Amino acid sequence: MKYYDKIIFELSRPGRKGYELPADTYGNDALSHLPADLMRKGQPELPEVSELDVVRHYTNLSTKNFGVDTGFYPLGSCTMKYNPKINEEVAALPQFTQIHPLQDVKSAQGALELYYNLQKALANIAGLYEFTLNPYAGAHGELTGLMIMRQYHISNGDTKRTKIIVPDSAHGTNPASAMVAGLEVVEVKSKPNGSIDVEDLKPLLDDTVAGIMMTNPNTLGMFETEIMEIAKLVHEAGGLLYYDGANLNPLLGKVRPGDMGFDIMHINLHKTFSTPHGGGGPGSGPVGVTEKLARFLPNPRVKKLDDGTFIIETGEDSLGSISTFLGNFGVMMRAYAYILTLGKENIRNVGPLATLNANYIKESLKDDYLLPIEGVCKHEFVFDGLKDKSTGVTTLNVAKRLLDYGFHAPTIYFPLLFHESMMIEPTETESLETLDEFIEVMHKVAREARETPDLVKDAPVTTIVRKLDETTAAKNPILTYSSLMGK
Amino acid sequence: MPHTEEDIKVMLDRIGVKSIDDLYSDVPSEVIYDREYDIPSAMSEIELRKHFEELGKKNQALTIFAGGGAYDHYSPSTIGHLLARSEFYTAYTPYQPEISQGTLQYIFEYQSMITELTGMESTNASMYDGATATAEAMFMMVASAKKKNRVLISGTVADRIINVVLTYAKFHGIDVTVIPEKDGISDLDAIKKELEAGDVAGVILSTPNKYGIIEDYTGFADAIHAAKGYMAINADPSTLAVLRTPAEWNADIACGDGQTLGMPLSFGGPYLGYISCSKNMIRKMPGRVVGVTTDADGKRAFVLTLQAREQHIRREKATSNICSNQSLMALYATVYLSLMGKQGLEEVNRLSCDGAHYLCDKLVNSGKFTLAFNKPFLKEFTLRTDLDIAKINKRLLDHGIMGGLNLGNGLVSFAVTEKRTREEIDQLVTLMLED
Repeated sequence: MKYYDKIIFELSRPGRKGYELPADTYGNDALSHLPADLMRKGQPELPEVSELDVVRHYTNLSTKNFGVDTGFYPLGSCTMKYNPKINEEVAALPQFTQIHPLQDVKSAQGALELYYNLQKALANIAGLYEFTLNPYAGAHGELTGLMIMRQYHISNGDTKRTKIIVPDSAHGTNPASAMVAGLEVVEVKSKPNGSIDVEDLKPLLDDTVAGIMMTNPNTLGMFETEIMEIAKLVHEAGGLLYYDGANLNPLLGKVRPGDMGFDIMHINLHKTFSTPHGGGGPGSGPVGVTEKLARFLPNPRVKKLDDGTFIIETGEDSLGSISTFLGNFGVMMRAYAYILTLGKENIRNVGPLATLNANYIKESLKDDYLLPIEGVCKHEFVFDGLKDKSTGVTTLNVAKRLLDYGFHAPTIYFPLLFHESMMIEPTETESLETLDEFIEVMHKVAREARETPDLVKDAPVTTIVRKLDETTAAKNPILTYSSLMGK
Repeated sequence: MPHTEEDIKVMLDRIGVKSIDDLYSDVPSEVIYDREYDIPSAMSEIELRKHFEELGKKNQALTIFAGGGAYDHYSPSTIGHLLARSEFYTAYTPYQPEISQGTLQYIFEYQSMITELTGMESTNASMYDGATATAEAMFMMVASAKKKNRVLISGTVADRIINVVLTYAKFHGIDVTVIPEKDGISDLDAIKKELEAGDVAGVILSTPNKYGIIEDYTGFADAIHAAKGYMAINADPSTLAVLRTPAEWNADIACGDGQTLGMPLSFGGPYLGYISCSKNMIRKMPGRVVGVTTDADGKRAFVLTLQAREQHIRREKATSNICSNQSLMALYATVYLSLMGKQGLEEVNRLSCDGAHYLCDKLVNSGKFTLAFNKPFLKEFTLRTDLDIAKINKRLLDHGIMGGLNLGNGLVSFAVTEKRTREEIDQLVTLMLED
């Protein structure tokens, strides 16, 4: 296919249009009678293009993208599993997409029932009491969960609890969410195997600690085997345990966060529950809590009455609102469809098969790539770059070379515990054949790194654009078409 | 899950364990959950479809005459078809720019179009919703103003936005003062008085406001800037095709909800939030930003930029924790604005505005309603009445109509979009005045 390089504004021709609207028969010309000093001067420079221009333009752009439907996407910590098509279809039903968030609840019982049932299902899967589905994304869930933690301590009059313990291996959103929630971050060190150092944790646990944020398995894909001890210590010190649900997938069907002693957690529906990542959103980050924390959940809340009907209510003890309405409802619909499709019989296999896939890749590649921590991993694992680094081929080079072979790259340079981190998460939806192809290509790249290192260092060469000049982009940011045109 | 028994055996052999359970041997046995979850049994596609259709029947798609932050604008058919391209919707954040040029370019186009509408200098890749974008605008103002920790918000900003701002402020430790409205609009004298204290980092206003009124912000920016504060305006981006822009009011930040750009109501989401700002605040902007660059062969290309501001680099020193955006909804807005173009968006506003005034005049002329505030409005307006609003709305619901929002104290607010017809409005009025 011919290389396509237009920006939509470059297709614009004065007077061309891509829409049809009904004629204005009101005859009052009200818009023209609004006071002139409240109106904008001149029109915005939006493109003037035909419908076909728009269709071709965005279809061409789509072909410059790589999605799960395009190929294997082993992006660690992102759980890029297949997004079943039927979920898209049921989420597009007009009986759901056309309802107004403020219409009488009597006329939205189906939507509320779905919200309530999904909330209940997640609570059961998580081993917690109740969920809010209002948070829009994982990071938004973290923020909401930490607000619940603070609200709990404040309601106990325990206002000096303003510190949150976060492992040095945590996702970057953890400390950032803590900061936004007004908490002071205290780092706890990881042991060489990546798990939390309980001895390092103990002295941190005083009466100023609000709680700890953890993910289990941790960001190295290793299960925190001392979790019960950690939970006991944190609870004895009066703190709460927050579970970052980014790594929930391997536990599906095996372990419930609530049973490990966690009090609050978020779930990324776009990871564990297969809703599409959408190029970065919309996601959904439901937050679950134990029974004693349920009254602090954000408003509005969906409740079921004794007569089986559903209402929306605002709780007095709630931390407040964190969203305009009830969150990304369209995303919830897809997650609910996913849970119903798998059912209680099949959902149990998700975690085990995700774990099987990850261990299979790990064991197949550790001859060429440096595995810093031996032992079984869960849904993902981390290599510290190539085993043989003598030719200077870096993790970045390997990642870019994978693009040439039609694979998405793993997550790179995270976690920060190793210099050449390469975090691989295959998910359960990939077949043995796909994994074998990936393994073969990874071996091939390792061989190239030894024999023809420049080939790897120059990658990618087959992609539609090659290595990008990120420095100039940041030094002299051009963020709009008008600034590109020098206006 | 594609695994056959044979596959599993091959894989276990390679790993060197006997069963999948062995892969969980490091998990303490007391936390292993070896039962089925309390969820329904697996459904086939036929059953699933039926289940959703049954649920859908418990909802009622109404003819909508209300707004309150979500408006029933038209969604051109083309948008759904293009959003269904799975190269877009099954991709993740564009971490690998060489294979994400599609996402990166539409975000750039989105930034360009929203910047055109707001008149500001630049726009980020999008936020969760209008309320959280407004809370982030508050953070930007506090981070930009030196040693000032108080923000004023006009009482004419929608309650749902104020509530979210107050929640974020409470936990982050920002002092927010809600300035009571005066006759349905923001009270400049009261704001000036608060500014005198010298501790105000910024002021949050909105247009149109919670009553639908197009506020006149003459004198606001001068007063706020004289007190070394910043001004943020929450604006409905659709209306900015015709209304005076935040930039024309000399605002430093524009923010708001993109739902009005043709997005389905979807019971409250997904929509998107936007943030645009002036040049001096770009490096305080939260979230993702896409810029133009070139590749190794000199080709024009797009890339995430200014990442030094972001949470994954700055961790607890970041000013925001957002790590994604509402990317697919940004694509929605981009395709919508491409289709409507500069003429179409103006026509949308004309039809909505003319329809709203047609409805307003009919109700006021009935003698049973008066304009709550005698101020200019576009597509949403608020009336006062002695009639029983709850009773009227119940009657309307029986006829498949969502009437005006009951604001209490005899106030009711209506919204009219280009989707409503003259016949629907006439029917609404007839039904409302039945007794």
